[in-house]
Amino acid sequence: MNGVITVMKRELASYFATPIAYVFIAIFLILAGAFTFYIGNFYERGQADLTSFFTFHPWLFLFLVPALSMRLWAEERKSGSIELLMTLPIEPWQAVLGKFLAAWLFTGIAIALTFPIWITVNYLGQPDNGVIFAAYVGSFLMAGGFLAVGSCISATTKNQVIAFILSVVTCFLLLLAGFDLVLNFFSGWTPQALLDAIASLSFLTHFTNISKGVIDLRDIVYFALLIGVCLYANTIVLHLKKAD
Amino acid sequence: MIDCQGLTKQYGHLRAVDDLTFRVQPGEVLGFLGPNGAGKTTTMRIVAGFLPATDGRVTVCGFDVDAQATEAKRRIGYLPEGAPCYPEMTPRTFLEFIAAAREVAPQKRKARLDEVFQQLHLEKVLDQTIDTLSKGYKRRVGLAQAIVHDPEVLILDEPTDGLDPNQKHEVRELIGRMAKSKIIVISTHLLEEVEAVCNRAIIIAHGKILADDTPQGLAGRVPSRRLDEVFRSITGGAAA
Repeated sequence: MNGVITVMKRELASYFATPIAYVFIAIFLILAGAFTFYIGNFYERGQADLTSFFTFHPWLFLFLVPALSMRLWAEERKSGSIELLMTLPIEPWQAVLGKFLAAWLFTGIAIALTFPIWITVNYLGQPDNGVIFAAYVGSFLMAGGFLAVGSCISATTKNQVIAFILSVVTCFLLLLAGFDLVLNFFSGWTPQALLDAIASLSFLTHFTNISKGVIDLRDIVYFALLIGVCLYANTIVLHLKKAD
Repeated sequence: MIDCQGLTKQYGHLRAVDDLTFRVQPGEVLGFLGPNGAGKTTTMRIVAGFLPATDGRVTVCGFDVDAQATEAKRRIGYLPEGAPCYPEMTPRTFLEFIAAAREVAPQKRKARLDEVFQQLHLEKVLDQTIDTLSKGYKRRVGLAQAIVHDPEVLILDEPTDGLDPNQKHEVRELIGRMAKSKIIVISTHLLEEVEAVCNRAIIIAHGKILADDTPQGLAGRVPSRRLDEVFRSITGGAAA
């Protein structure tokens, strides 16, 4: 576990040693606020809840999280520092997990910094704080899912722009897997069981479930499995591509 | 001991390393010599555990670099080609990270780091980010990370590249001081470096060993006793 923590600490420190951390957090907070108040009509709805805040999280993450994950491995491969990392007495899975956890913790910090809106809604009315807490948990889990996908994709290329674009597209498809846009492509030539399986991959369905206040084990297992599978794939990709 | 048996690396149609067999014992400072593209860096990458070999077997201190990779890596200090590092870090934070990852005991870490900073004259730039440092300093940061855990085996890919003559001299002195108790493998295309620090030299070209001798033994092969002439006659023949 020491290897994981050492890598995680270094990675997290490097976010704050560069402008990445500040730019990411500032943009995330500004956009989250702007969407909630201007598009989500936070005041006009006249309801003491944060639905108009959480509705936009998947769409914000769609662009912001790949911007964070794109550099995870592509940058190491480009600069050659991967040779240093991979010759330390650290198992590859420890490096993968350490980097992922650093990025996840960092998005956790960004999400946690939206707390003034939670205070605001409590000041304005009596919201169901259980639901809000569940939605925060869901948002954090979803960010983890996006990151794991992005981290795996980042390991496949030396080019951060390619990693970004591929991650956005993949996350977009995963986000909408339960919707007609994606399902229509498969319906007609795939069996119903497979269609159901594809639909059940939808980020949005699982996130919406949790953000209604119901933390269902199935939704948690979904995100946990997604993260696990992506990081496992990430380790394999890394092993195959590290020296290319 | 480093034990390479039948080491081969194939990249598509290119055989970068072709059936290399050699052993290096403690106290030996082995210089890998060869023209560019001879397979020096590839060989070092395989021994350091970064690249898997296509064929053959390498053990470092008795540990197979493939099957017991982490155990082997613990015993190796490695300076990769070009001395890559994390440019946004400072030498201090970077070497603290390496010391932690290299499992230097926390209570010994500070003393050990101070010693390494002093050996490589990094004190003045400790808190400056690495991307603002000169090439010579960057190379020395790379050397520092290779020796921070006092490894049994040192693999240094062009350790003095980019250093000025005084710095080269100092790094060679440092290698000389560490040589008694360690196994050191350096790659270089500076023949004077081989004469200055190595007690054994392997000349490779096209992935094959062409000569394996002491620098003096090599020099004795031509009447002028000049290493560069030996090098030219051996590797020139291989190219033709």
